[in-house]
Amino acid sequence: MQEILWLGRGGQGAFTAAKLLGAAYTIDSADKYALAFPSFGPERRGAPVRAFTKLDTKPVTDRSQTEKADYIVIIDDTLYSPQLLGQLKETGRIIVNSKNKTDGVLTFDADSIAAEFRLPTANTVMFGLLVGLSGVVATDEAVEAIKGYMPAKIQERNISALLKAVQEVAE
Amino acid sequence: MSRKFLSGNEAFAEGIRLARPQVISAYPITPQTIVVERLSEMVEDGSLSAEYVHVESEHSALSCAIGASAAGARAFTATSSQGLLYMAECLYYAAGGRFPIVMMNADRSTALPWNIYGDQRDSLSQLDSGWIQSYAENAQEALDLALMSYRIAEDSRVQTPYMANLDGFVLTHTYETVDIPTHEQADSFLPPYETDNRIDFDNPKNMAFSAGPDTNYIFKYKAHKGLLAAAEVITETEKEFADIFGRHYTGLTENYRTDDADYIIVTLGSIAGLCRETADKLRGQGIKAGVVRIRYMRPFPNEEIAAVLKNVKAYAVLEKDISFGNEGTVFTNVNSALKKAGADVRGYNFIGGLGGRNISAADIEKIYTDIANGTDAVNFIGIGGGNNGK
Repeated sequence: MQEILWLGRGGQGAFTAAKLLGAAYTIDSADKYALAFPSFGPERRGAPVRAFTKLDTKPVTDRSQTEKADYIVIIDDTLYSPQLLGQLKETGRIIVNSKNKTDGVLTFDADSIAAEFRLPTANTVMFGLLVGLSGVVATDEAVEAIKGYMPAKIQERNISALLKAVQEVAE
Repeated sequence: MSRKFLSGNEAFAEGIRLARPQVISAYPITPQTIVVERLSEMVEDGSLSAEYVHVESEHSALSCAIGASAAGARAFTATSSQGLLYMAECLYYAAGGRFPIVMMNADRSTALPWNIYGDQRDSLSQLDSGWIQSYAENAQEALDLALMSYRIAEDSRVQTPYMANLDGFVLTHTYETVDIPTHEQADSFLPPYETDNRIDFDNPKNMAFSAGPDTNYIFKYKAHKGLLAAAEVITETEKEFADIFGRHYTGLTENYRTDDADYIIVTLGSIAGLCRETADKLRGQGIKAGVVRIRYMRPFPNEEIAAVLKNVKAYAVLEKDISFGNEGTVFTNVNSALKKAGADVRGYNFIGGLGGRNISAADIEKIYTDIANGTDAVNFIGIGGGNNGK
């Protein structure tokens, strides 16, 4: 099972990204299963939010919160702390949206890509970076998930941002 | 059939859309809100043809459903926690009037202290109200139960309202892959509701009447028989469901690795998956662990549970409930099943998950070791026993 932990602040779309990944993984396969859920609670803008995606080739029945992740994706760099390294599997990676470099983690300036496509948040950019880095889902599956699960009027800009992010990693 | 990535609430709403209820009355309450929001959107966009009634309270929500059912309509409502308790008076009217309403309940803790998270103290407090009670484990089962619920409730042998319980948040707000049947499939499985138990100007009759001491108990006996009859109707319904939709269910309980088990956890709802994974892990260490998941608390699976537990060395009942001053209500029911079957097996009660508190894999592993070594009769996970209930 692959487990992805998403960190963001209320309003940044961390849970939306977690759902899109789960939808993308299962989109046209009968033998792939996913679970996506937020850290439950009343929703407040700006408050730290954790979201989880679990991916497997058999039904995911463990609904508990992830303790060791394959990837930790951080949409707001103020939420990064070195202790997060302890929540990674041995081969795990942390991806942070940041203009600054940090030792031991992959940083990308996702905000700039989001701004380029007039998006208020970088969640689909971070999704694209994860796709490009991990290959956990194919790029076209990620695009299909956006088409299937985001409102029509914001699909195009989010798809463009995602593709730009995938390309960014390739370069 | 189409595959979608949906939450438990959304999956249940899809199942209800397929069941074509004619009247939906609802009052929103976390974590039930999304199911009634989705249904209102379906009515708005025309994909569901129903009268959607916004009411001012849960008491009115169920009263409205009762009225609709008395007019011969297929009715749906949904609630949670304090909302369920507020409509408690009407639960008994619905059951006594033999109105086969379906209600989704998002299992949530009860006040005080106030808390929106999941446990099962709300619905388990209403076991005596005369409703069928199911407990789903995942979103697919939730959708399938939504569709099956009307077949079971409306069957002439049953004529009993149906409460479909989904664990708050862990199930209602978790997204997973769900197969959604087509309307053609659903229509071939579930015909429109037809009943004599309705207001009919051509054949006027007395409904929802009073009955004195000489006859009242006969109506109660018949309500009891109707609920008991649901057991065989559930089996029949699941068989036909499997024929049409290809998904198989196992009646009032679901057993996992119980055939040769020495130690079994009996539980209900979404925690069962983690119990099965833990049982697998312990099997790898040579411990014969198993799991019984109770799918229906009413009618209660007395024979099914006794048949499995009578051969084990010890069992645990893990539940998100406590009947203050005694023990968990599921434990009481399970023990009664064994007593009636003449079985003498040591059983232990584990109370956990109250107010949404996490139950970890380590907690479940400890339950298996505790019952193997012997422990207090009633144990609070993370707190202990302290001779409670001994």
